[in-house]
Amino acid sequence: MSVTLATPSFLRAGGRRRLSLGIGTVLLAALMLFSLFPGFFAPYDPIAFDYQHLSAPPSLAHWFGTDNFGRDMLSRVIWASRVDLEIALFCTLFPLIFGTIVGALIGFYGGWLDAVFGRLVDLVVTFPFLVIVIAIVAVLGPGLINMYIAVSAVGWVFYAKLMRADIQVQKHSDYAAAARVLGYDSARIIFRHLLPNAITPIIVYWMTDMALALLLGSSLGYLGLGAQPPTAEWGVIIADGKNFMSTAWWISGFPGIAIVLAGVGFSLVGDGIADLFRKRS
Amino acid sequence: MNLNYLVVRLVQILPTFLLIMVVAFVLVRLLPGDPSSAILGLKATDADVLRLNAQYGLDKPILVQFLFFLRNFFQGNLGDSIILKVPVTSLILQRLPVTLLLSAFAGLLSLLLAVPLAFLAALNRDARTDTVIRVLFQIGLSMPVFYLGLVLLRFFAVGLRWFPVGGFSDNLGSDLYHLFLPALTLALSLSAVLMRNLRNGIIEVLNADYVDFARAKGLRSRLVLGRHVLRNALISTVALFGLNIGTLIGGAVITESVFAIPGVGRLMIESIYGRDYPVIQGLTLALAILVSLVFLATDMVQASLDPRIAQR
Amino acid sequence: MTSTARDPLLSVEDLRVSFGTAHGQLIAVDGVDFEVGPGEVLGIAGESGSGKSVTLRSILRLVRPPGHVSGKVIWRGRDLMTLSEPELRRVRGGEIAVIFQEPMTALNPVLTVGTQIRENLKEHTTLDAAGRQARAVELMDQVGIPAGKTRLEDYPHQFSGGMRQRAMIAIALASNPSLLLADEPTTALDVTIQDQILKLILRLRQELNMSVILVTHDLGVIAQTCDRLAVMYAGRVVETGRVAALFRQPRHAYTLGLLNSVPRADLVRQPLASIPGQPPSPTTMPPGCPFAPRCRFKVGPCDDAVPPLVEVAPDHRSACIRHQDVAGAGA
Repeated sequence: MSVTLATPSFLRAGGRRRLSLGIGTVLLAALMLFSLFPGFFAPYDPIAFDYQHLSAPPSLAHWFGTDNFGRDMLSRVIWASRVDLEIALFCTLFPLIFGTIVGALIGFYGGWLDAVFGRLVDLVVTFPFLVIVIAIVAVLGPGLINMYIAVSAVGWVFYAKLMRADIQVQKHSDYAAAARVLGYDSARIIFRHLLPNAITPIIVYWMTDMALALLLGSSLGYLGLGAQPPTAEWGVIIADGKNFMSTAWWISGFPGIAIVLAGVGFSLVGDGIADLFRKRS
Repeated sequence: MNLNYLVVRLVQILPTFLLIMVVAFVLVRLLPGDPSSAILGLKATDADVLRLNAQYGLDKPILVQFLFFLRNFFQGNLGDSIILKVPVTSLILQRLPVTLLLSAFAGLLSLLLAVPLAFLAALNRDARTDTVIRVLFQIGLSMPVFYLGLVLLRFFAVGLRWFPVGGFSDNLGSDLYHLFLPALTLALSLSAVLMRNLRNGIIEVLNADYVDFARAKGLRSRLVLGRHVLRNALISTVALFGLNIGTLIGGAVITESVFAIPGVGRLMIESIYGRDYPVIQGLTLALAILVSLVFLATDMVQASLDPRIAQR
Repeated sequence: MTSTARDPLLSVEDLRVSFGTAHGQLIAVDGVDFEVGPGEVLGIAGESGSGKSVTLRSILRLVRPPGHVSGKVIWRGRDLMTLSEPELRRVRGGEIAVIFQEPMTALNPVLTVGTQIRENLKEHTTLDAAGRQARAVELMDQVGIPAGKTRLEDYPHQFSGGMRQRAMIAIALASNPSLLLADEPTTALDVTIQDQILKLILRLRQELNMSVILVTHDLGVIAQTCDRLAVMYAGRVVETGRVAALFRQPRHAYTLGLLNSVPRADLVRQPLASIPGQPPSPTTMPPGCPFAPRCRFKVGPCDDAVPPLVEVAPDHRSACIRHQDVAGAGA
């Protein structure tokens, strides 16, 4: 007599993983295409007013409707994707590079540097990221560049923390000992041997960080502290439409969906990379 | 035993507090121009500047200025708001309870949402229930708080008229009624962040040897789940919650804007528009200290649940 | 099988456990039969991956999905595989108890040892709270933990390794079971503690009139504690019998190899003998005898079909078609 419960086949789970990675890639590819060739995809000029169709609901002529100035929402959303993708990239690139290098050095050398860094991490990790960024933006003034500075100034710490932990693990592995025995100098060991092995979790984190940067950037845009009008940015567009939620929901509605789709894209790709990495190791 | 641990943690936190002070102090000094125009605004008179120098030591070297700053802080003096012309301290004390109430309410709701759903997902691992829950939360994770707030506002406040559109009131009952939608918005966002790690933590506990051992003793499932699994899962929940206080407060700032709640978040935004630097500095300080204290509190809760912690 | 005339307490028949994985069906236990008599200590010996731990866990239906279990486990005349959940729960802990290899993971770190004992008592006895507390103190004494009463309120991490193992035994045996399943109870301990724990198990066997199934890879432990032995390889039982008989004259090539690989302190400078090769992968089992690829007695027919476990001498069964030659070589 058999005693069993349904066996969920790993094959099924594997297929689902591949599906989600596929969806993520498609979403990101769409984002990149819209960012690189907005003119090609957008049916109208995003700043052209159309007095015939003020605050028009979605229709065949205007898939996403128009706003109170008569601007086509679909075009605005597409043109804004470039700004938002920039936000995701520029908020994370410096932290990625700087944080990885610093983290690798601290993880490798340790010592008093590590103690100081530990205190810094304590401070940054628990403190509300948004509040720090807002505070810095308050001092520097609203605007995209200042936002990048504010986010980068704090964001690198997370990458450094991750890299430091990774490097510490790699440092004790056999191949690292072999490199030391061969007499390679420290810099070479760190950057050509340890780092490539430790980098995959960083890349995965980078993906989710880009999703978070997108949320942060659009939130600041909504608050008027990030991208400044008339720059089309999804958060800014949502703020434009916030007073028309009952009368013209499509103004704020569609950019929000765009944010969600972009964020999901980054997350799924990040998860997919993490899965691939896990399978290989 | 717990008291010892509390003292140890308090001592550990002091350097962090010091660092927070330094950061807040430096923040305003980063502005171009001299601090007095920042603190007083553009309409400063010479008499004002002299008074300021006495209070903040602006004519003395920077280290002395910092000492002045510390002294003022311990006297409860954070300066005066340029716009509203009232002491920053009283402004903060007036608005802080609102934000605290909103945050606590949201935190509670998020746990009520995340914990049962995480259990459901973990117990039905890889089945359809699990997938649906995870997909929903993935979407929730990617949705900005302000957008979610606007959507909920549109449907429940304006559309269905179940809740007020914003603002605040005097008594607790009405407060909670006004705060429900904003708290729900925050809670949905926060629970999305918590859910995944919770689910994984619960799965880990479910697969633990001691669960097998408990089952081998012939205990019923409900007892095993309730006593063995829940307690261990709660420990990781509390830890996770503590780490995400930052998310909670950050979200509160945005939510207060969307729903026009008179809390410190909204105060922060208004101060930035109005270049009200004393308020900005004071708020940064206050929030940082608040978050550290909450973090400490979650540590204590964790220690009371997990006997291994206090021993270290 | 006819062992000495005595009704076996537990009888496992054709037990099979497999796991569905991404790489195909993983066969952990491939048709296992054995019996335990009252008051007897049965050892199950084998290397890692032989399926001995899974066998033990499946007796009490502790194997989780994606594991699939089939076969019969007859305990006091009833087939445990067909019992309802409530009936099974009565057997678990109340009639059959398990102890695991690593007490640090088997004991819940956030509950006191006392709590974990008392919940066992609450489930299986009708003692009231005071009675449960008294019995708990008694148990601590029985397993040799000094200052039992105060130590009941301690958490697992506050015990040393050997004491933790004793605590686990106390928790498992709280309700006086008739059979103890011990999964490598001494592997995680150092040698002196190991000895104490084994002696404790034997003493408890006497005091509680209990049978024991002891799973281990250590032949020394078997020699010290077991009456009878079942040797497992690649998910199958290859030889069973009384320990003395098997040690003196093994009748399966694998058992012979195992015994030969134990270093001997009394001989002068012997090279270490080991069994060449590796056990087969659980996803791709050879068609014939699983040990054949590594066996020096192998002949053609060994690869045709799996040899059945048959009686080759009184109370001695072997799954080897060349058992006569093995017996000759081993003496």
